Formats: sequence, structure tokens, C-alpha cells
Amino acid sequence: MSTTTKGYRFFLLALFFIMGIGAERVGLIEYYSDPWEQEYVLFLVRQHLHLVLISMGMAIVTGLAAGIFVSRKKFKKYAGIVMYVIGLGQTIPSLAVLAIVMSFLGIGSKPAIFALFIYSTLPIARNTLAGILSVSPAIIDAAKGIGMTPRKILFQIELPNAMNVILTGIRVALVINIGTAALGYLIGAGGLGDLIFTGINLMQTDKLLAGALPVILLALIGDYLIELIGVIIIPKGIRLAD
Amino acid sequence: MDLLTFLDQNLSRTFFLLWEHVWLVALSLVIAMCIGVPLGVLITKKKELAQKVLGGANIIMTVPSIALFGLMLPVLALVGHGLGKVPAVIALVLYSLLPIIRNTYIAIKNVDPALVDAGKGMGMTKWQLLREVEIPLAVPVILAGLKTAAVMNIGIAAIAAYVGAGGLGVFIQQGIARSHEAMILTGALGVSLLAVFVDLGMSSLERLLTPKGLKI
Repeated sequence: MSTTTKGYRFFLLALFFIMGIGAERVGLIEYYSDPWEQEYVLFLVRQHLHLVLISMGMAIVTGLAAGIFVSRKKFKKYAGIVMYVIGLGQTIPSLAVLAIVMSFLGIGSKPAIFALFIYSTLPIARNTLAGILSVSPAIIDAAKGIGMTPRKILFQIELPNAMNVILTGIRVALVINIGTAALGYLIGAGGLGDLIFTGINLMQTDKLLAGALPVILLALIGDYLIELIGVIIIPKGIRLAD
Repeated sequence: MDLLTFLDQNLSRTFFLLWEHVWLVALSLVIAMCIGVPLGVLITKKKELAQKVLGGANIIMTVPSIALFGLMLPVLALVGHGLGKVPAVIALVLYSLLPIIRNTYIAIKNVDPALVDAGKGMGMTKWQLLREVEIPLAVPVILAGLKTAAVMNIGIAAIAAYVGAGGLGVFIQQGIARSHEAMILTGALGVSLLAVFVDLGMSSLERLLTPKGLKI
């Protein structure tokens, strides 16, 4: 065990070293040390976050509401159809969604936010619905038995039990959202895609990497954050049951 | 109407790009399958490896596609393939690995232990067990993984047009650059329809290949 850990650590160290040399060779370090460029990168990061946060905020609210709505008793019979339609919607590529939205709403950050919002709502709604439907009927029956109102059942039984699946949906949506926001540049929404696409077009590796690395970091951090939120808000008893 | 005129005037080009798109996705899917399925089977036998492989594939999935193209460009440029089909195929293979490995792993894990026991009782060797019991039972789930990978790859291949890989993304790219609405819509709708049809087609294939005994 200890030898494999040592080998692993050595491998990681070597990898970082090689990456460092690579970063220096392509001029990435120089790029990031330029105060002028620093400001620009930070500006783009803010723009990127602006796109992501607004669209995700709207998507979480809408997705949760839609998922809860369809999972109510009255509409439960449509759940299968809704899941199927959402599944089909999710197969549509992100670039296609952006392009289609652009051809109807024009260019700028508003159409991009709208496209991101629609695209992120789907996994959240789907997982909310699936999560609530998968809550064991026995638990809900027990809750009814002790006299809980439907409202209480939703907030104290169904949602906490479904939270794991819902958070997975939010995580998937967030990661896809951050990646798609990088394409937002193409329809004039700015964001870190600016550096990536300019870098590709001009074959300027430093610019390209200066844009690509923050996008990757943002996606990894977002992924991790949602996982952390899951650890905090999911009640202990349910987490252990997993 | 605009769309139809455009299609009519560019029919052969549309079909060529469609063919290029399908070719890119199919090739990378086959490569990913050759790597992913054996790897998925392997990690069901070696538990400590499973976590690492699945975790690694998960991290790759988290990396946004355009950023991955960006990362690969300077590296592949060293061997003269920074742009074009090579980075596209590599990226598509990397992205397909997670769904394929994960589904293979889960499918074989979920084979009823009683069935494996019965096979052992009949004197099957490990290899026979794998070939005649575990894999046939796992095929539908493995196919579901392939479907996920294929649909995702169709979308990523569209983005790959920006690194010069061709495919229907070219219409989207050039359409946006020229604000040629019919061109954009042809590309976007073409890619979307392709994804939907592949999804539907592979779903029915999944049903077709499910062993009779497993159908309810």
C-alpha cells in the first residue's frame, strides 16, 4: 500500500513539474503575470459567472417547481410522458440550443442566459421528479398515518429523501452550464470563451490556455461545491442509508 | 421556407457534413468501446481499482469540451495535429469512457449472484462465466451506456467544428459568423435530429438485444 501511494505521489509531482514547464514554455505564466491581462481575465471570469449564476438560479427554481408540480397526485399519471420529453430535450446538443436561441432572440448575453436557463432546467426537473417518485410509499404512508398534511409531507418527507437525486441533477446542470457558457462567446455573451476561441483562431496558445484553465477550474469547483452542499443539507439518517 | 431553399441548394454538402459527423462519432464510439468495456469488466474484479478509474473518468467528464480542445491543442500541436479530426476523436473517446465504463461496471455488478453461483455449480470456468452468464445479462445496460455516450458525442462533435474537425457543426460555425439564419438552423436542427434519432434507434436496439428471460 505504502509503495503504491509513494509511486502515486511521485507521479503527481512529476506531472505538476511537467505541467509547470509546459505552462512556462507556452507563455502562460507570462500571460497571467501581466497586470493588464490579469484584469481582463478577471473581467471575463466575472462575466462568465454572471451568465452561470443567473441562469442557474432561474433553472433551479423552475426545475424544482416543475418537478414538484408533476409529482403531485393529480399529475402523477403524466410523469412518464414528462420524463420522456425531458429526456428527448436533453439529447439536443448545447451548441444547437445556443444557435437556435440566437436565431430567434438575436445576440448578446440575454439570449445566452435564456439558452443556458432552458438547458439547465431539464436535468434539474428530471431529477427532482425522479427523486420524489422514488421515495418509498411506505414512508409517505407512515407520514400520513401520523397526521401530516400534504404540504408537510412534501417538505419534511419527500424533498429531504429526494435531495440526493435532486442535488445530482443540479450538479450535472451546473457543470454543463459552465461548459456551455464558454460557448456563449459565440453568440456575443462574452465569458471565458472569448479567450479560448480567440486563442484557437489566432493559434495563440497562451491566450487559449489562459481561458481554458479557469473554465475547467470553475467546473471542478462547482462540482465540488454542490457535493459539499449535499453533505451539509442532507440529514444524517438518510445519508447513511445510502 | 428559407431553410428549405438553403437545404435544396446545399443538399450534397449537407449530406457530406452529416456523413462526416456520423463518421466522427461512430469511430470514437468504437474506440471507446474497445477500451471501456474491457476496463469496466476488469474493475469489477479489482475493487481498489474501480474507485480510481471511475473517479478519473468522472473528472474528465467535468472538464468542459471546448476547454478540453483548448488543453489538447498545444500538446497535439507538437506532433502536428493540433487542429482537425485527431483532437476531436481523442476528446470524443475520452468523454465516452465514463458512461461506458460505469455502465459496464454497474451491469456486471448487478448480475444476480445466484445466477453466477448456478454457473459455478455447473462447473463453468471464470472465463465461461463472464462470456456466457455475466456479459449477456449485462448487454442492455452496457448498450444504455453506449447510447448516452453516442448522444453526448453528437453534441461535442458539433463543437469540434471550431477546431476544424468538420461535421454539421461547420454549418453552425459558419452560419453564426455570417449571421446566415438558414445555415445556422440547418446545422442546429440537423445535429438535434441526429441526436434524437440515434437516441431512439439505440433504445430500440437495447430492447431488441435484451435476453428473452430478462424481459418482463
